[in-house]
Amino acid sequence: MSDIFEVRWHGRGGQGAKTAALLFGDAIMSTGKYFQAFPEYGPERMGAPVQAFNRSSAEPITMHCGIKEPKVVVILDPTLMETQPVTEGLKADGIILVNTNASADSLRKKLNLKNQKICTVDASGISRELLGKELPNTPMLGALVRVTDVIGIDDLIKFVEKTLGKKFKGKPEVIKGNIDSIRRAYNEVKVTDGGGK
Amino acid sequence: MTKKGWKDLPTGGIITKAGSALDFKTGDWRSEKPIWDKEKCTSCLMCFIYCPDSSIQVKDGKMTGIDYDHCKGCGICAKECPVKVIKMEMERR
Amino acid sequence: MPRRALTGNEAMAEAMRQINPDVVAAYPITPATEIVQIFASFVSDGLVTTQFIPVESEHSAISACVGASAAGARVMTGTSSQGLALMHEVLYQAAGLRAPIVICEVNRSLSAPINIHCDHSDTMGSKEAGWIQIYAEDSQDAYDSVIQAIRIAETVFLPTMVSTDGFIISHCMQGVEILEDKQVQDFIGPHRSAYSLFGGAPITVGPLDLQDYYFEHRRQLMEAMNTSLTTLDAVNKEFKQKFGRGYDIIEEYKTEDADHIVMAMGSTCGTAKVAIDKMRAKGVKVGLIKLHVFRPFPHEQLKKALSKAKFVTVLDRSDTASSMGGPIFVETRAALYDQMPKILFADYIYGLGGRDIDIEEIATVIEKGEKMKLQGKVEKPLDYIGLRE
Repeated sequence: MSDIFEVRWHGRGGQGAKTAALLFGDAIMSTGKYFQAFPEYGPERMGAPVQAFNRSSAEPITMHCGIKEPKVVVILDPTLMETQPVTEGLKADGIILVNTNASADSLRKKLNLKNQKICTVDASGISRELLGKELPNTPMLGALVRVTDVIGIDDLIKFVEKTLGKKFKGKPEVIKGNIDSIRRAYNEVKVTDGGGK
Repeated sequence: MTKKGWKDLPTGGIITKAGSALDFKTGDWRSEKPIWDKEKCTSCLMCFIYCPDSSIQVKDGKMTGIDYDHCKGCGICAKECPVKVIKMEMERR
Repeated sequence: MPRRALTGNEAMAEAMRQINPDVVAAYPITPATEIVQIFASFVSDGLVTTQFIPVESEHSAISACVGASAAGARVMTGTSSQGLALMHEVLYQAAGLRAPIVICEVNRSLSAPINIHCDHSDTMGSKEAGWIQIYAEDSQDAYDSVIQAIRIAETVFLPTMVSTDGFIISHCMQGVEILEDKQVQDFIGPHRSAYSLFGGAPITVGPLDLQDYYFEHRRQLMEAMNTSLTTLDAVNKEFKQKFGRGYDIIEEYKTEDADHIVMAMGSTCGTAKVAIDKMRAKGVKVGLIKLHVFRPFPHEQLKKALSKAKFVTVLDRSDTASSMGGPIFVETRAALYDQMPKILFADYIYGLGGRDIDIEEIATVIEKGEKMKLQGKVEKPLDYIGLRE
């Protein structure tokens, strides 16, 4: 039970935080591990701040309490940092992954972070370029896989190919766009260790 | 009539015999009794249509009598009879 | 067996697809809406042959179910909270008419104040209606229990509800092992009912039943409830033997050497297992009893399972306003009244309206219980977890 890995996603209703959490969970399961994926319990409203969560473990997960101290916080929309307590409960050795162009230093100051690892990637830019619209959730999955060691990038790509392959059978460009954006974000994510500066 | 115990009753309180209402004689609820004049009856069967207890007996399109086992004496037949051949009388027991 | 990523609602809808009931009549309500919404898409996609009846309220939904069941159909529906409350009078009719309907229920609090989140108030409000009640711990449990429920309901001719914790399970995705359609069909077998309006000879369903017969018919219902425990057990054993997993009427977790037992229902059992592991690591001999079935109340099983206990910590996710504590507490204590030596009990009401309960909170009440066990005295038989004073 001690090896349970927990993630909290912050996004806005409609941005795909829940979908990202479900996809991540499903991808974890495809590697033979156990997972949970659940949205912030309650009604979802377009544009309103929403949260979603993941648990992952090599063993079956029985706990069903909320996630209060995540190892990783993923922020799909950087404007949420202004209004939401995005760092609440983040573990001292945790990781915060933000969809932004801003520097890790400025984020460390803004969020008053100490030793946590700060990771940034311009997922919005990548998705606009490769998918033609603002869909940061899939590239963020690529970045998340890079900065954690829950599953490998090949596991993720294989899973996304299979899942989107079913959904977008006649649209190979959608599948390719998503895979490319995952790879791009995986390669471009910048990682700054805490205490380094 | 001996009543069955709970182990012997059909499941779910259903009645498995059709037309069992026949066994339940409601005729003794009557305080007034309809008396039918066979000679003057035209067998228009308005009474048959109106009777709430299906107590007007009919055969081959003709009225043949009243089922006193089930007639409750409501008097609707007497009220509706266009030729006034049904009269209500006090029940004498 | 293939594992699929499914929420509790999706798992229940998938079980319904594989069961392929003759009739489903339903009305949407959060957080159970998805169950019948997904099922409705199965109907429109031709994946099932079910007659789907959209109705204008839950009262109508369950009424249509009762009618269809009397006509000899295999019938299911889904609901939650206020929806189950609106069904209330017809729930009694379904039970009295011995209609083996299965409801996929999602536990949600009752108004007022209005709230859409989990507690067990809704199904606890129906616990005297004559329905078998099964409380699932997670999506897998929900999926398996819905399939078992068909067999159980159609063996003892009692309607059965299987519930999951609203949002906590209904909207939580996890891996669920899914049986093959044929395995499900073979397990549930052809529909069976006590009678059918189309069964041949004409019958009357629902006649007036006064002083002379009503008591006997209710006694039949009581007997069906009494004997259903045997059926629940047998169906589960068969399921276990065929598919390698199952859910005992009461599941015992690390109770072998435990003199302190925690009792709970639903998703909290999973969280409590982690708390128990934690306390055991500290040397506390504590175990868990997961009450999988609340109706019929498994009093004999509990007597046996608690025979070595000195202290019982009950976690109740509802308060029935009895002023004596929650329903699990009240009924378990009543079941153990004759037990010697006396067992000490403490009841905790928790999680009303979806208030989270975590591992630490459960560990804390276990610690409190350990103290009371040593003192041989319960200071506060009824207390609350996570409540602001």
